[in-house]
Amino acid sequence: MGQKTVLYDTHVLQGAKIVDFGGWEMPLHYGSQIDEHNVVRRDSGMFDVSHMGVVDLRGDRVLEFLRGLLANDVARLKTPGKALYSCMLLPSGGVIDDLIVYFMSDTWFRLVVNAGTRAKDLAWIRRHAMSCSVSVAERDDLAMIAIQGPKARERVLPILPAAWRTRASKLAVFQGGCFDSWFIARTGYTGEDGFEVMLPVVDAIATWTALRATGIQPAGLGARDTLRLEAGMNLYGNDMDEDHHPLECGLAWTVAFEPAERDFIGRQVLEGLGRTSDDELVGLLLEERGVLRSHQKIIPAGEVTSGTFSPTLNRSIALARVPRNTASPVQVEIRGKLHVASIVKPPFVRHGRALIPIQP
Amino acid sequence: MSNIPNDLRYTKSHEWVRAGKDGAVEIGISDHAQGALGDLVFVEVPEPGRSLSAGEACAVVESVKAASDVYCPVSGKVTAGNPALAAQPELLNQDPYGAGWLFRLQISAPIDDAALMSAAGYANFLAAEGH
Repeated sequence: MGQKTVLYDTHVLQGAKIVDFGGWEMPLHYGSQIDEHNVVRRDSGMFDVSHMGVVDLRGDRVLEFLRGLLANDVARLKTPGKALYSCMLLPSGGVIDDLIVYFMSDTWFRLVVNAGTRAKDLAWIRRHAMSCSVSVAERDDLAMIAIQGPKARERVLPILPAAWRTRASKLAVFQGGCFDSWFIARTGYTGEDGFEVMLPVVDAIATWTALRATGIQPAGLGARDTLRLEAGMNLYGNDMDEDHHPLECGLAWTVAFEPAERDFIGRQVLEGLGRTSDDELVGLLLEERGVLRSHQKIIPAGEVTSGTFSPTLNRSIALARVPRNTASPVQVEIRGKLHVASIVKPPFVRHGRALIPIQP
Repeated sequence: MSNIPNDLRYTKSHEWVRAGKDGAVEIGISDHAQGALGDLVFVEVPEPGRSLSAGEACAVVESVKAASDVYCPVSGKVTAGNPALAAQPELLNQDPYGAGWLFRLQISAPIDDAALMSAAGYANFLAAEGH
């Protein structure tokens, strides 16, 4: 049996189909993955993401430490609560994990890391933290709920204590804030507006139930995957891993080469490559019936890294790693047959709208 | 508990067979199978005229999550694939024993009764598998 979040019994009572996800017993869906996907695009849905790792880093030299640890530059964060997306790299440039880092104060940063990579991330962070006297604390006392969709914020605000509401309603995109022992951030993994809420484990069930009562639908990890792929967001283990550096993963925008004197782990190798790569990550739109899946082969060259059926576009879409400047269309081998797919620029969908032209 | 009509016969790979007159049969997947797969988004059925052997992979049903093969429960020649499934794969979720049928076949050999289960047998099989 895998690990369970504090909301496990609540999910089972609400009819969740439970699957193993990185060693955690998580809801795949509560009946229909497609309905859950659509309700997030049109109204709001909520996800239990308590399996993700929340890690607090504290110390006088925590800024210096993170500027060496992460490929993006935390010195860009000027406002307390502000978030930054970054990769954590091996000296080879390979991606150990992708994460969100929040600037809490001059001596405190908070990381949110993937569930499946949590143990190796912690080991890596601890190993490097010692030289900067930074303390590393896993926050197992916190649960995390992501509420996403165009109506997510207006549905969440009324259940918050009155004293928090005005400040919570004014959070800018990619900005969070502490509210007593809670942390509320306007972030997400769906391409929609919304909040990610970190809250004490003891508050999680009552909060989930209150959110449900405002009309927010529970949504499983199945919908989370189709939503993130439509939004053109990478999934660790599929679209990036230790064998690929960020420039091969569509993540050049997350690598801060300036200022030139900042020496982060992995920089040397990326500089040696001329800050570019032979392969790149692109979006694919299947022009025929069928479903793109990871590891399908691309002709002339390359491989699908994440593929699914897009409920919003009613077509199959994918992220794929191909040689730079590959001409569109390409062909994808699905069960021994070749199918035509166009190369498109992700995201496929943002804020409920299709961003790529679809020929009916 | 999934729906298991009494008038059909079933395979361990969760197909059902409806025997008609003069060796005509209709084939689909069980309610249990559609529930386990989740929302179906793509269905590929065999072309009319294709000869199939019992146990042969002959159709594909794909949910958002994964692709699964459908195995032909009996030997015969395909007379029709369900044309509605191309545009509406969700029929398989909504009505697995009716509008969600996969294909029809004219059998080429008597049906091997030992290879198929009754509704009660299939219910026991599901229970034993832990469903």
